[in-house]
Amino acid sequence: MATAITIPAEREHYLNKEHGISSWLLTTDHKRIALLYLLSITFFFFIGGFFALLIRLELLTPAGDLVQADTYNKLFSMHGQVMVFFFLIPSIPAVLGNFLVPLMIGAKDLAFPKINLLSWYLYVIAGIMMLHAMITGGVDTGWTFYTPLSTAFSNTHVIEAGLSIFVAGFSSIFTGLNFVVTIHRMRAPGMTWSRMPLFIWAHYATSIIQLLGTPVLAITLVLVVLERAFHLCIFDSTCGGDPLLFQHLFWFYSHPAVYIMILPSMGVVTEIITCFSRKRVFGYHFIALASISIAVFGFLVWAHHMFVAGMSVYAALAFSLLSYSVAVPSAIKVFNWTATMYKGSISYSTPMLYAFGFIGLFTMGGMTGLFLASLGIDVHVTDTYFVVAHFHYIMVGGAVMGYLGGMHFWWPKISGRMYPEGWGRLAALIVFIGFNLTFFPQFILGYLGMPRRYWQYPPEFQVLNVLSTAGSTILAVGYVLPMVYFLWSMRYGKIASDNPWGAAGLEWKTSSPPTTFNFDETPVVTWEAYNYDEIPTPEEVAVER
Amino acid sequence: MSEHILSSKLYYTIWIILMVLTVVTAWIATVDLGPFNTIVALAIATGKALIVTLFFMHVKYTSEKLTKTVIVSALFFFLVLLALSMADYGTRHLM
Amino acid sequence: MSDSPATMEHGHSPALRHHFADVEQQRNAASLGMWLFLATEIMFFGGMFCAYLIYRISYFNEFAAGSQSLQLKVGAANTVVLICSSLTVALGVRAAQMGKRRLLVVLLLLTMLFGLTFLGVKAYEWHREYEEHHVPGFGFDAKNLIEEHPKLGIDPQHAQVFYSLYFAMTGMHAIHMIIGVGLFIWLTFMAWRGEYGPEYYTPVENAGLYWHFVDIVWIYLFPLLYLIDRKPLG
Repeated sequence: MATAITIPAEREHYLNKEHGISSWLLTTDHKRIALLYLLSITFFFFIGGFFALLIRLELLTPAGDLVQADTYNKLFSMHGQVMVFFFLIPSIPAVLGNFLVPLMIGAKDLAFPKINLLSWYLYVIAGIMMLHAMITGGVDTGWTFYTPLSTAFSNTHVIEAGLSIFVAGFSSIFTGLNFVVTIHRMRAPGMTWSRMPLFIWAHYATSIIQLLGTPVLAITLVLVVLERAFHLCIFDSTCGGDPLLFQHLFWFYSHPAVYIMILPSMGVVTEIITCFSRKRVFGYHFIALASISIAVFGFLVWAHHMFVAGMSVYAALAFSLLSYSVAVPSAIKVFNWTATMYKGSISYSTPMLYAFGFIGLFTMGGMTGLFLASLGIDVHVTDTYFVVAHFHYIMVGGAVMGYLGGMHFWWPKISGRMYPEGWGRLAALIVFIGFNLTFFPQFILGYLGMPRRYWQYPPEFQVLNVLSTAGSTILAVGYVLPMVYFLWSMRYGKIASDNPWGAAGLEWKTSSPPTTFNFDETPVVTWEAYNYDEIPTPEEVAVER
Repeated sequence: MSEHILSSKLYYTIWIILMVLTVVTAWIATVDLGPFNTIVALAIATGKALIVTLFFMHVKYTSEKLTKTVIVSALFFFLVLLALSMADYGTRHLM
Repeated sequence: MSDSPATMEHGHSPALRHHFADVEQQRNAASLGMWLFLATEIMFFGGMFCAYLIYRISYFNEFAAGSQSLQLKVGAANTVVLICSSLTVALGVRAAQMGKRRLLVVLLLLTMLFGLTFLGVKAYEWHREYEEHHVPGFGFDAKNLIEEHPKLGIDPQHAQVFYSLYFAMTGMHAIHMIIGVGLFIWLTFMAWRGEYGPEYYTPVENAGLYWHFVDIVWIYLFPLLYLIDRKPLG
């Protein structure tokens, strides 16, 4: 074990400026709030992961022999709810976004620091409500809360879970609101829109979705609660309501929600790829515009989740066409990342490995989305494991890998320490292998006809399920490793310099970790983004010294 | 928001207009205009909403284009929700 | 756009928060933040308006009959009350801009008074609907609706949809008004203490924006709920 490294006279920064629990629980420093979020979302990641492991354990055998059918319904429901609302949606924006947005644009903090703290408290309250719902019996409606199961027939804690997500939604809305105002109003002198890091553009686009989409989910959950509690008649078909109306309202948010989950990750990937190719990003304006396009177009495609639910086939045609078009801006980004790497000076650092993983896995996930957008194919593979594999490729192969890549990339800035690079690369490899082993068999399973959300299955599907479960245990190891060595690094990790990667961006021009107010003097920006032709590599800096 | 201080006369004028439009909309609902009843009712409501927004909420006097962009964007996506949902309900009978 | 930190340390308004460069940046940020919040509110109510649109088209007869069962004059009177409250809050913002403390307090109190009146009338209306057995889930019975409009072919189940939306929409609106009144109580107290004046009246302005928004929601709810079809229906 390495010896602890301490600096004789440690300078003041945001971590050591004040001590004591109230300096954390009452902080308005965006960096501390980011860490509060880091702790909470990691906690919920474990909870969601725990449910996933139970699911995979049950699916080792064709018979339903680990848990009862009702319990299995609760497992996949709570896995989805926790992972979507308490991990993925906040993850990058609330941790990396909160930490980096002010730093990247040269501001002292976000526009509304107290609302930022409120946002975290709302998340915590929502989390406690969800935990209570889970502990006292859980929810079995699926994370999608479809009626009439949720409004009439389920005997589980639908109301509490629904209200918990309602509260979490406001946490999300306030984060988005803070980002939009900050980006519009608080950029440092010279930081024009075209000089902003694409990470900022990505979070701006994400925030638009959070602001405009989440309220619709909020009112939809309210209506479900009212119908369930007071027997209002909105979605109940026995009194003329339409269950499909619930689905329209639910997916109006929940489809754009997947773009909330992926756009920030794309922003991270852009930052990583430029740095470790040592090259200006290819097509800056195209990527920026693509982010905004994804946000806008993402609102026009929701009913592709309802193709077989009973909607009009003519409307389905329209939504299918629109769904194809929304893939275009994502594809543009993949081309631009590739072009950025072309003739670049590539380093295979841990963040870069995650970025590579992202590009490959997101592309696969995205293309399988196109299969699903096709009406003919969708009829066969909807509600099968094909869909499960599709969205896990994007959410886990895409979003989570981007999150991990970003955590590694900015860890020196956040903690002032370097993580151990060898372990970082190893964990990235384990994650990649574990991920593919878990989810690729599911594409095949789905295509062969195994339905999703089923607790037992025909024996001919067992081999693929066993492979998938094996993969999930490997994946779990890959996720635990970074947690271990990040913690380790806080005491034993190499002290990080201001800019250990030689990266572009204002956040690298201040100390690692930054002081509470980020910059000693408000920076004045006179250079273009990603000016890697001017920035020395860390090796060049070392040689100079 | 603008520093522009508006005259109280303007506020009272807008108030009177809103009152009048309220009476008009209530009365005209009792007159049979066929399908136009709905259109007229919504038009009057939109007119009232517009003058509240422009004058009471000072949107007419702000130099900030972003305010109008925010309002228009929200209205746009609200209309998307309505229009694309209606694309389903409006064409179901054709199946 | 931002000043150097040095000039910020001296002679700035006490209301300036230190992460802002100057008061103007702070005011612009607060204003944009408020408008973005109102945008979320548009989408929030929008979900219910979407449900309303779809069901009104499908069940027009039940919606028309249900609408007629509401008291037009009461709804219109309440609309007038709310518009008056918008006037008083707009004048209140103006009073703050001109530094007229006492006038501001009076206008805020009047705004609350109008708001509470509206809520009182709403409570009366809801109670009346309850007596008429028009509350879904609480002894709902469309009998009197069918008796009043025998030729419409009213499906009692579909009538429930109208009343469900009526209560959901006016209820959500009322909750927003209650929150607004709560905000104004706080604001009135702060105004009375002299916290607002020409250099700093942002909370008053933003509360005003919120209140006007709630007014606009009602401006649409009134015709959509009360004025669907006011000619003799048969």
